[in-house]
Amino acid sequence: MIKDITIGQYYKSDSVLHRCDPRTKLVLTIAFIVVIFICKNFYAIGLMALLTIVSMLISSVPVKMFFKSMKPIFPLVLLTAILNVFYTTGGNVLVSFWKITITDKAVFTALFIALRIFCLIIISSLLTYTTTPTVLTDGIEKLLKPLDFILKPFNFRVHTLAMMMTLALRFIPTLIEEIDKIMNAQKARGADLESGGIMQRAKALIPIIIPLFVSSFRRAYELAFAMDCRCYTGGDGRTRMKKMKFSLSDLWVFLVFIIVCAGIIFLNIKFVAVI
Amino acid sequence: MAEEFIKFENVSFRYENAEDEPELPLALKNVNLTVNKGELVAVLGHNGSGKSTLAKLTNAILVPESGKVSVMGMDTSDENLKYDIRRKVGMVFQNPDNQIVATIVEDDVAFGPENLGVHPDEIRKRVDESLRAVEMYEMRLAEPHNLSGGQKQRVAIAGILAMQTDGIVFDEPTAMLDPRGRQAVMDTILKINKEQGKTVMFITHFMDEAVQADRVVVINNGEIMTDGTPKEVFSDVDKLRKVGLDVPQARELQCRLEQNGIKLNGNILFEDECIKAIKELF
Repeated sequence: MIKDITIGQYYKSDSVLHRCDPRTKLVLTIAFIVVIFICKNFYAIGLMALLTIVSMLISSVPVKMFFKSMKPIFPLVLLTAILNVFYTTGGNVLVSFWKITITDKAVFTALFIALRIFCLIIISSLLTYTTTPTVLTDGIEKLLKPLDFILKPFNFRVHTLAMMMTLALRFIPTLIEEIDKIMNAQKARGADLESGGIMQRAKALIPIIIPLFVSSFRRAYELAFAMDCRCYTGGDGRTRMKKMKFSLSDLWVFLVFIIVCAGIIFLNIKFVAVI
Repeated sequence: MAEEFIKFENVSFRYENAEDEPELPLALKNVNLTVNKGELVAVLGHNGSGKSTLAKLTNAILVPESGKVSVMGMDTSDENLKYDIRRKVGMVFQNPDNQIVATIVEDDVAFGPENLGVHPDEIRKRVDESLRAVEMYEMRLAEPHNLSGGQKQRVAIAGILAMQTDGIVFDEPTAMLDPRGRQAVMDTILKINKEQGKTVMFITHFMDEAVQADRVVVINNGEIMTDGTPKEVFSDVDKLRKVGLDVPQARELQCRLEQNGIKLNGNILFEDECIKAIKELF
C-alpha cells in the first residue's frame, strides 16, 4: 500500500499542456502570477478566470483533482475575504452597525482577492499535474543556468541544486519504505506508537527517526560511491539523453497567453479600476 | 598470452582508524593477483575476509597502502587517471537501492554515458541496447521503487553496460536478493561475460555462484588462500571448511556419500553432474 505512492502529483495524460516544454510551463506560470496581480477590474480578472478554466479543461486532468488541491487553502481564502470585508474603507456604505461599516468597495476587494487566489492555485497545480517531477527539475535547471555566472565564485552550480532535487525525489519512496520497516521492527520490540497524548506520541517517534537518520547517511555514502564509479564529476562536460525541444504546442500556448495579456491591458484601460 | 586487465602487485591495505583508537589490522596482506581480459573470476571469502576491499581497490575507490594496483597498465594511485580507470572498470554494488540515481529506469541507465559526455543519440542507442541485454527493456519507463530487488540490480548492471567499460566488478551483487532474483542476476553476469566478452570479477559468498566462474579465488584474513578453476578449488573440501566456507551442494553430497562408503566418480560441482554420477552407480 505504502509502495503505491506517486511522487509529486503528476496526472498521466497526453494533452497539449502535457506535451509542452517544462520551461514554457514554468515561465508562463510565473507570468500568469504577475499578470493576475496587475488586473484592476472584474472584466480583466474575469478573462484570467476564463483562461484558468479553459486550461483546466484542455489539460484533461479531472476537475475534482483541482478541488482536492484547493481544499486546504479554502479556510485561508475565506479568512482573507472576511478580513477584507471589514477592514477596507472607502466607497459607498452598504451596511453600518455598531462600529462596523461594510462598503461596496470592501465586498468587491474581498471577492477579487478570493478569485485571484483560486486562479493562482489552479494554475500552479496545473503545472505539477501536467509535468513529472524529473522533467520539472530539468526545466528548472535549464532556466536557471544563467545563474551559474553569479554562483561560480561560490563554487556552486545550478546543476548541483537540480541533482539534489532529483536525488531527493528518487529517495522519497525508498525512505518511506524504510520508515515502514523500522516502525514494524520497533513494534515487534514492543514500541507503542499509537496511544498517548501528542507529547507521548512525539517521543515514541524518536526510536524511528534515529535509525532512519543513520541509515540515510549510510545510503548517502554508498550512493556517492556509486555515482563516483559512474564517473559523475558534476555538471561540467555532461550531456543529456533527452533533449528539451520547443514544439508547436509551446508556440500555441505562448500565443494564447500573449493574446490574453493584450486583452488584460485593454480591459484595464477601458474600464474603471475597482482595486 | 592473455592480456592482463587488472593486476595486483604485493598489495596491502589498511582502513583508517579513528583518532583515539589503535591502528586497525591490515585488511589485505601482500596480495598478488592478475585478472586477464575476458576472464570470469569469482572471489570467495567469509565476512571480513577482505573480499570487498579487494573489489574497491580495482577502480580506485580505495588506494593501496603499499604495493600497486593497475588496470590496463594504469596505476590506481594516480589521481589523474581515476576517471580513465573507471571508464575501463565499472562497479555494481550490493544494495540495488543505493546505486540508482534517477526516478525513471532509462534515465538511470543514461546517467553513466551522460557523465562521460556521450552524444545524446548515441546515449539513446546504448541505453536501449543495455536494457535489452539485461532483459529490462519493457520496463524502461518504470519507476525504480516499483521494481523487485533483482530487477533493480539488473538496471544497475545496464547502467554500467551503457558506459561500455571493458570490465565489471560486482561486489556481492546477489547478497540482498531472493533466490529468483539471484538467479536472474547470475544469468545476466554470465551472459555479459560470454556474449559481450567483458572481463568480470564478482565477489560472492554463495558457493553455487562461484562454481559458475572460470576461476575461483579464495580469500581468507586478507590473504589469497587458493586460486584456480572451480574443480581445483573445491577438491579440497576440508581446507575450505577450515576457513568457514561451505562447498557447493552437489560436492557436499558427494563428500557425505564418500564418508558412508559410496564413491562417486570425478570432482562433482553441478547438480546434473551429480545426477549422472549417481546413475552410473546402478
